[in-house]
Amino acid sequence: MKILKTASLSVAALALATTVSTADTLDSIKSKGMLSCGVSTGIAGFSATDSNGKWKGLDVDMCKAVASAVFGDASKVKYVPLTAKERFTALQSGEIDLLSRSTTWTNTRDTSLGLNFAGVNYYDGQGFLISKSIGVNSAKELDGATVCIQAGTTTELNLTDYFKANKMTYKPITYDTSGQTIEGFKSGRCDVVTSDASQLYGLVLKVKDPNSVKVLPEIISKEPLGPVVRQGDDKWFNIVKWTHIALLNAEEMGITQANVDSMMKSKNPGIKRLLGVSGEAGKNLGLDAKWAYNIVKNVGNYGESFDRNVGKGSPLKIDRGLNKLWNQGGLQYGAPIR
Amino acid sequence: MKKHKKARQPEVAFYNNPENRAIIYQVLALVLIFFVTYFVLNNMFINIEKRGINTGFDFLSSEAGFGILQSLIAYDESDSHGKVFIVGLLNTILVSVIGIIFATIIGLLVGIGRLSKNFMVAKLSMIYVETFRNIPILLQILFWYNVVLAALPSPRQSISFFDSIFFNNRGLYIPKPILESGFTAVIIAFILAIVAVIFLTKWANKRHDETGEEFPTFWVSLGILISAPILIFFVSGTPATLEFAELKGFNFRGGWTLIPELLALAFALSIYTATYIAEAVRAGIEAVPKGQKEAAHALGLKDHIILKKVVLPQALRVIIPPVINQYLNLVKNSSLATAIGYPELVTIFSGTSLNQVGQAIEIILMTMAVYLTLSIVISMLMNYLNAKMQIKER
Repeated sequence: MKILKTASLSVAALALATTVSTADTLDSIKSKGMLSCGVSTGIAGFSATDSNGKWKGLDVDMCKAVASAVFGDASKVKYVPLTAKERFTALQSGEIDLLSRSTTWTNTRDTSLGLNFAGVNYYDGQGFLISKSIGVNSAKELDGATVCIQAGTTTELNLTDYFKANKMTYKPITYDTSGQTIEGFKSGRCDVVTSDASQLYGLVLKVKDPNSVKVLPEIISKEPLGPVVRQGDDKWFNIVKWTHIALLNAEEMGITQANVDSMMKSKNPGIKRLLGVSGEAGKNLGLDAKWAYNIVKNVGNYGESFDRNVGKGSPLKIDRGLNKLWNQGGLQYGAPIR
Repeated sequence: MKKHKKARQPEVAFYNNPENRAIIYQVLALVLIFFVTYFVLNNMFINIEKRGINTGFDFLSSEAGFGILQSLIAYDESDSHGKVFIVGLLNTILVSVIGIIFATIIGLLVGIGRLSKNFMVAKLSMIYVETFRNIPILLQILFWYNVVLAALPSPRQSISFFDSIFFNNRGLYIPKPILESGFTAVIIAFILAIVAVIFLTKWANKRHDETGEEFPTFWVSLGILISAPILIFFVSGTPATLEFAELKGFNFRGGWTLIPELLALAFALSIYTATYIAEAVRAGIEAVPKGQKEAAHALGLKDHIILKKVVLPQALRVIIPPVINQYLNLVKNSSLATAIGYPELVTIFSGTSLNQVGQAIEIILMTMAVYLTLSIVISMLMNYLNAKMQIKER
């Protein structure tokens, strides 16, 4: 059925032919009354459905935050699950307005695919997951291993680079979805799974006995993951970029989902500008003055979203690490709103 | 009549002449199609470039950078996307050819089996057909893949036959012959054996026409084809060695490997397509008038001779056209491999390559062109065969 989807995407791409490219994404979203947000087919903590079929995760929160900024309503999102292979065509062809799907910011993607990366909402790196019973303790010992991998990812290319640099060989088994990849690993088709480290923690939970597997210590690449939009619509690009910045600034200023209402009365000029009590940030973005208030009210700040989905408040228990705010030793840095 | 027509012609205006009209309309239609296609494609490429997306086929020469599990030609990660295309194409052809051969054999046997007088054989064939043609092919591929993988041991606990063939969840490992220089003699012997078989067949046919005596051509030919090269092989001092697979580190190395993805896909495609071929075979055999068989019986011919020489040649005329369609379906269904990670054209070229370079239009067009070409080649071959099978009216 993947074929059908790929085919339908290419038909959608062909449909580009007949429409003269409409640049204004914000207007089209407003007239649809819905934000089409591309997410994964199921990556724990980032974008996956819970037992009630509701989309949850850090990337899903990005969709909700943008919908909150535009509509003041986090529920006005249509989630479009996409495999790694399908995601860029879906965005290019206009099937989705925003791609929020653990996508690595690379030169090729930013320049030659007609896309723009609107920020980094998770600093990641590629790692390896292996059965403890094999007795391998370092990625350097993986010569000759069979590796399960997801098709169409930067992971696939980094793996080649890493094995070449260390003069090792490997056999790739390339699956379409991360679900199939972990199934391949569980059935013993491969010795090791490679993926972004954040995803490996999610995969550990899917193995029958999580204690029988481990993540090797080496991180072999930089994977800055973030939301992506089409090139050529700066207004929309700004909205997504500043939604991410608003999430970061809210955390830095201590504004949370719980206290955002009382913060409206704050005397702090920075908080006043962010929440739209003063300044023209909302107007400049073409949004309501309370755009950032709505984001925090509906989704919470970046730290809350992180803890709830992947951090200490989630089953994944991933350390904030590089994703701490800049003033706590991390890389997350929200540009000033003024 | 002719005179009358000629006489009338000048009276009709040029554009009212039905022959001219037909041509004019067809030319107009063609021009219209051409312009619509040109307009659509041109507009599309302009829009794509406007959005900052690369176009053109330059990507075919850029480095792919990812590994492929199985390739029939030498491939490594530094090769180009163009090479990826070839690797994928060859893997598609490989699984299609294997699938077509086995589907044909199974289909023929089961189709004949359904008409067997033996109750068990007939019923089992029926159950087989009714079961496997009613389950979607994608489910069957996933089922076989998961069953095959679940049932097989890890490399360290491989099932082994005589310590030379190994079967585990990484695949089926068989020894690989390494040919030495003296091996050319064996190849020459094999070619000579083929020539001998051709002459033998001609002689046997001639004798049959003259005397009516049967000669066991098939078995004798088989004997010649096998024994001549083997004899030369030993006479020339066994100029080939076998490379056995060996467990080293994580996996077996050396030898030939049949990966489980290929096994599962080829198996599922053969089993599924064979059901349709079986039905075509049954229809074909039932279409041969009963009198033909009865007449052959009356002549005292044995059952298998009747099948081979009386029934099948006539049945083939009915069988071949629907079987062409099944071959085409099989080739197209091979693209479902993407569900289990068998590295064929759709999986690696219009999957991975597409995602790495992001040029959907070019890659999808190329992929569609491949399936179109494969389909046309298969239909042309089969239609040629079909034409040869038709009753020749002299």
